[in-house]
Amino acid sequence: MDADPENEPTYPMKNYTGDDHHRSDYKRSSPQPKDVEILMSNERPKISAVFGNSVPPSGLSGMIRRYAFKHSEDRYRHWLPLIFADRINMFEGLIDDLRKGYVPNMIAERGWKMEMKHNPKGFAVKIATAVAVGFTLYLMLKKKRS
Amino acid sequence: MLAMEYRGPYRVRTVEKPMPKILHPEDAIIRVTRSCICGSDLHLYHGMVPDTRVGSTFGHEFVGVVEEVGPLVQRLKVGDQVLVPFNIACGKCNFCKQGLFGNCHESNPMATAVGGIFGYSHTAGGYDGGQAEYVRVPYADVGPTVIPPDMDPDDAVLLTDVVPTGYQAAEMGGIKQGDTVVIFGAGPIGIMAARCAWFFGPSRVIIIDHVDYRLEFAKNYAYCEAYNFKDMEDPVVFLKKTTDWYGADVCIDCVGCEAEGNTLQSFSGKVTLMQAGTGTALQWAINAVKKGGIVSIVGVYGPPFNLIPIGNVLNKGITIRANQASVKRLLPKLIDHVQQGRLNPKGLITHKVPLEEVADAYRLFSSKLDNCIKTVLIPSAKA
Repeated sequence: MDADPENEPTYPMKNYTGDDHHRSDYKRSSPQPKDVEILMSNERPKISAVFGNSVPPSGLSGMIRRYAFKHSEDRYRHWLPLIFADRINMFEGLIDDLRKGYVPNMIAERGWKMEMKHNPKGFAVKIATAVAVGFTLYLMLKKKRS
Repeated sequence: MLAMEYRGPYRVRTVEKPMPKILHPEDAIIRVTRSCICGSDLHLYHGMVPDTRVGSTFGHEFVGVVEEVGPLVQRLKVGDQVLVPFNIACGKCNFCKQGLFGNCHESNPMATAVGGIFGYSHTAGGYDGGQAEYVRVPYADVGPTVIPPDMDPDDAVLLTDVVPTGYQAAEMGGIKQGDTVVIFGAGPIGIMAARCAWFFGPSRVIIIDHVDYRLEFAKNYAYCEAYNFKDMEDPVVFLKKTTDWYGADVCIDCVGCEAEGNTLQSFSGKVTLMQAGTGTALQWAINAVKKGGIVSIVGVYGPPFNLIPIGNVLNKGITIRANQASVKRLLPKLIDHVQQGRLNPKGLITHKVPLEEVADAYRLFSSKLDNCIKTVLIPSAKA
């Protein structure tokens, strides 16, 4: 009896029609044929009518992603494995390049040309810092072993 | 075709990829003529968004020419010049029917917390994006909009995300005549939000960032006050003081998960990834807004969670409003604003770069080099 139809905190983003109460009962588009492995959130009953089919899961990172998708979006055990898989995937990409006989040009892929052109001093400091940290770590490891 | 390809954090390149195909009867294939790098693409580039797979093509802000349409597409025809909203929407689910085109339930099987977005990781549906010569566009009768013949494509490409997101940020703020509006972040979205805020009649618009050239740009482009938080001991105290110790009426977070300015947030959010990036801008927004004020969020955060002062939200009676921009809902109004000269989106563009130099373009934007505000990629032979 006290419901105020004007009190709609999501307006104007949402033009409330009452359709929410029909839940998932709406006319869907015909489903896109599934031509690659699609990992689906376990918080929905079926795959959406359309989806992206780029880069299906593969290799070790794919195994980790399959594990992640057994858990809901609420869980750390969904998201952390996905981030871990992304890092593994980076090395898989490198191995894949080398297997194809392609040596990636790290300087070009990282756009360092722009740093050298527009930020030479800052870039030199970054490189010097990275070299110093690397060298220090090397010395520490060497000392530990001996 | 030539396309941008992600190889890992801070590494991208252009490669030859197979031409996209019609995979669903409501699909179209678009030949891209302009594609932007968005600030939120940098979250992908920096490896902050889970399930960003090596080999993906980014890009959710693009315009182009219709090359091919599926058998059920009725509104578009081959040769049409279209702008394509960044969110993929079916137009039929209960969210789309109520105008929530950024929350479509039929475009992303991989997560329920976000609808499908072009080129924005598998968390947003696993679609290849528009930083390529060609792109597949699902639900072609719903999202893509024919560009008015008198509109510059440089204006049109910014109507796919930057302008609607900036506008909706201001709209969600519920700005009233005489209000003081504080915007965190002087990137393209923050600058556009500042400009659009004036449509709602505030007396003051203040923008906060730490990059001087961007603050200077914002001051000139959006006619707002601009302050560098690195010059302040405490930005929240500064904002309280400048609002008669009351707090801003509306605070808008246009930064998202890579904010600077708080060591604890940066360590837990960016270094160790124990939260979904840093929540610094949102923390400041909540603490700088008045009691009973409104915080509007369009800054992008990752999916797990963030450390923000939720107790203050309760105790101050703050209303938080947030969403991905509903581009399709806003387009008619925003196209009119551009055609009437009230908005000048292309004024944000500082760099145009051939698609082949995509790695340089990402670095330029990511490291804020050469006074970069907004970078547009041009597929070379088709410009």
